[in-house]
Amino acid sequence: MSKTILTVDDSRTMRELLRSALEPAGFTVLQAEDGLHGLEVLGASEPDAIITDINMPRMNGLEFIEAVRLDAAKRAIPIIVLTTESDTAKKDRARRAGATGWIVKPFDPARLIAAINRVVA
Amino acid sequence: MSNTARKSIGYGVEMVAFRVGPQEFCVDIKAVREIRGWTPATTLPHAPHYILGVINLRGTVLPVVNLAARLGLPLEDPTPRHVIIVVQAEDQTFGLLVDAVSDILSISPELMQGAPDLAQDSAKAFVSSVIAMEERMIARIMPERMLPERLRLN
Amino acid sequence: MSALDEIRVVFFQECDDQLQELEDGLTAMEGGETDDDTVNRVFRAVHSIKGGAGAFDLHKLVKFAHTFETVLDEVRSHRLAADGTVMPVMLRSADHLRDLVAAGRDGGDGDQERSKELIVELEALIGGPKGGHSAADDDDEGDGGLSLADFEFTPIAMDWGAMGLGTGLGGGLGEDAAASEGEEDGPAIRISFRPRKDLYAKANEAAVLLREVAALGKATVRCDISDVPLLDAIDPEGAYLAFEVELDGENATEAKVREIFEFAEWDCDLEIKARGGSVPDFGAIGGDDAGGLSVADLLARLQGEIATEAPSESTDSAEGSPLPSLKPAPETSEPAKAEGKDDKDDKGKAGSKGEAEAPAVVIRVELHRVDKLIDLVGELVTTQTMLAQKVEEAGLPTGSEVVSSIEELDRLTRTLQDSVMAVRAQPVKSVFQRMPRLVRETASATGKKVNFVTHGENTEVDKTVVERLSDPLTHMIRNAIDHGLEKPDDRVAKGKPAEGTVTLSAAHRSGRIIIEISDDGGGINRPKVKQIAIDKGLIPADAVLSDEETDQLVMLPGFSTATTVSAISGRGVGMDVVKSSIEALGGRLSISSRPGLGSAFTMSLPLTLAVLEGMIVRVEEETLVIPLSTIVFTFRPQPGDVQYVGQGRTVHVRDQIVPLIDVGVALGYRKDPVDPLTSVAVLVDCDNNRRVALLVDDIRGQRQVVIKSLEKNYRPVHGISAATISGEGRVALIVDVEAIAGDRTLDNFIFGIDNVAAE
Repeated sequence: MSKTILTVDDSRTMRELLRSALEPAGFTVLQAEDGLHGLEVLGASEPDAIITDINMPRMNGLEFIEAVRLDAAKRAIPIIVLTTESDTAKKDRARRAGATGWIVKPFDPARLIAAINRVVA
Repeated sequence: MSNTARKSIGYGVEMVAFRVGPQEFCVDIKAVREIRGWTPATTLPHAPHYILGVINLRGTVLPVVNLAARLGLPLEDPTPRHVIIVVQAEDQTFGLLVDAVSDILSISPELMQGAPDLAQDSAKAFVSSVIAMEERMIARIMPERMLPERLRLN
Repeated sequence: MSALDEIRVVFFQECDDQLQELEDGLTAMEGGETDDDTVNRVFRAVHSIKGGAGAFDLHKLVKFAHTFETVLDEVRSHRLAADGTVMPVMLRSADHLRDLVAAGRDGGDGDQERSKELIVELEALIGGPKGGHSAADDDDEGDGGLSLADFEFTPIAMDWGAMGLGTGLGGGLGEDAAASEGEEDGPAIRISFRPRKDLYAKANEAAVLLREVAALGKATVRCDISDVPLLDAIDPEGAYLAFEVELDGENATEAKVREIFEFAEWDCDLEIKARGGSVPDFGAIGGDDAGGLSVADLLARLQGEIATEAPSESTDSAEGSPLPSLKPAPETSEPAKAEGKDDKDDKGKAGSKGEAEAPAVVIRVELHRVDKLIDLVGELVTTQTMLAQKVEEAGLPTGSEVVSSIEELDRLTRTLQDSVMAVRAQPVKSVFQRMPRLVRETASATGKKVNFVTHGENTEVDKTVVERLSDPLTHMIRNAIDHGLEKPDDRVAKGKPAEGTVTLSAAHRSGRIIIEISDDGGGINRPKVKQIAIDKGLIPADAVLSDEETDQLVMLPGFSTATTVSAISGRGVGMDVVKSSIEALGGRLSISSRPGLGSAFTMSLPLTLAVLEGMIVRVEEETLVIPLSTIVFTFRPQPGDVQYVGQGRTVHVRDQIVPLIDVGVALGYRKDPVDPLTSVAVLVDCDNNRRVALLVDDIRGQRQVVIKSLEKNYRPVHGISAATISGEGRVALIVDVEAIAGDRTLDNFIFGIDNVAAE
């Protein structure tokens, strides 16, 4: 049974890069364009993990994480945030919002997979 | 087409040879898209005398050049036994009205003589070389010079 | 094409979208819209470009975007006002970013001198370069907020730790090298791991982490359950277990273990000891608990990731922050109908967060596939028409099954055709958005002040039309600024505002698209224009012209008002070229001007270059098509209504006297005009509200025809706009009404009847 990952990013380039890293590793990839869209997709699917960008229109990544953590049915899903800089402050905010982990973009596919393996049961 | 003999004379360029009146001409087979029978053309306003008009080639508007008129040879009205050779030159596709396709030849470069000396001055502009073989004189024409100059808009 | 190459294509497509967003947003900011939404949109555009560029090793682009982004971030966090000093630099930076992206697409670095200049300008806005040295001087590293590792897939062993910078997941090599120094047979590592409640709340899982540790070598895990309370005291979400792990093996380095616990370290007590003493941890992992970072540092670097709201300070959950209600969507969003519209239109400005409007589902299709489809539909329409004609000739009774099936087929075919055409429809926005930059450049080159206004940029037309609008628009806008607008001082002297206004608008009108470029400048200087035309021998010296006719002179070949060739308009391309390129699109260009108040250039173009509704007419042996959109009505001229005026004829129709033009003569199908009383006249509307009656032999009916290019394999023909395939499968020509009508007016007056290139 392949694991499903929901990727939330407003950049199509980034979504495609994530897909190209995840699919060869055997993951099924779902995509959403921003936090609200992410919640919608989440309402209709059961991903094993979520990778989300922070800065997005309509609903940013932090708001999205908070929303997921408030949803009794979905709160146990690990969420990895994508950050452009390994900025402590940003990571800290993501962490307070309830992020499981983070990955710095541009990411190395192998490291991305390693990070996912550290959060997906 | 099927009954034309394919004469191979050494290795060389494949040519489609055809007749216009008493003369023989040829074009590089790479420029030829298809060969089809004559169908009545739609007259184009303000066209030079050698443009017969346009025909419908499977949805494409195809101008047809009356080769005899273009080369300054005696004219006759097109009949159903005439043939249109559809050629592509540069980025344009158009038809050449000829009397009949006579041959498909493979011509080695040394058979091609430049600087042809033709009876019609007007033809010189369109002929790149002349091939002399077995009593025949075949003028190789440059299809890209057949259409009138385009107006450059941009 | 490798997967990465394909994504590279996606990246550059997306860059185009982002650059438009950027241009839009900056234009809005310039107009005073500096709300957080707008600023954040602009920030995000640059941020996205930078993010993607990093993935494709476009260092120069990343570096510039980063500096740009830093300034935008200052604006976003209200530390820098988007004022008259800041905006011009931002606009120039946006223009340059576009150039860098274009250069990147072609595999180059772009104009690095320009990058340096702009980086210095950008840094000046935020009080000089960060960290004391300018990014302009760097060759490949950013400023203090950026590490090289952020833009590399291949981590480079550098001691970023010394700068208080972590490299997240990107710094592996350095750590491994440092951590496993001198370890030959792999150290035994002892891990003490005590998760806190928050670790689970964030969906980390102790078991998963231990599994990963075990994968590094031979692991012995002991679970400490001493903290587990009695059942009635258990908090189901509490954390009571602790773990002790002993790890042996080749791969068991402290760095690798730390990496596994990288996320968990947020919320657990963790001790990792390598046999033979602990390796000093210099904060290389995640940079999270890196020493030497004071709270003040942290605060300073707390750049607003969310511009709109400060994050809630509560650790567990963000109570009080507005959150959408989490109603699981019952079904996936319905794809919106593909209108070729960018779904970003309705993003960014979406209303309250409650209304979760699904973004329209957009797919990108290569154009040639759509074109193939359009060609096929065109063939289908032609075949259907032929079939209908054959059925009609067979004289089957109306209401018979065959006839009603044919009618149904006709309806379906047309619907199909409309749908396929809609796929190619695009808003003119994509062209309009390229113009502000042109305006800025032209304004600064001519020393004029310009306020540029656009209307109706969402007006949709066929893609081919959109693509070919760019050149004429560019030229006309340049003209409007260069020739139309006066210098600021001259305007003030005339009592006008120093800043001139150039307006670009688009609208649909009666099945065509009307694009207008107007300015509030001095208008066309008629005496001067007329004098130039006389001097250049374009009109006789004693010509008597109306004001309108004088204005049209600027569109004559060989007319150029540039007495001194300016760098802007004097490119050897005159309005005549603009006019003919618009005419090549089946369009018209007209001019109106009011001295002292300004001029307006109006283009009227077909919405599509693929189909039109036509009236089928016969002239001599030829079948012709007259576009229905131009036709007012048809009539049979009555005796007494036709007047002979010099060479020409007029006809009296509905209280109007209009020129009567024999189409057969105009197109050279016959020498002598036919008798109007035995023919049919078609009254048509031309530009400038002129009406003309076209005389044809007979009318055959009305039909939608598929437009085929005549130029593709031949060349433009005066009096003919395009061709089509008739019901009999022959080529029929589409009449260029305007050109034929035009022959009777100024054109005729100046050039004689036809201006076909002589052979």
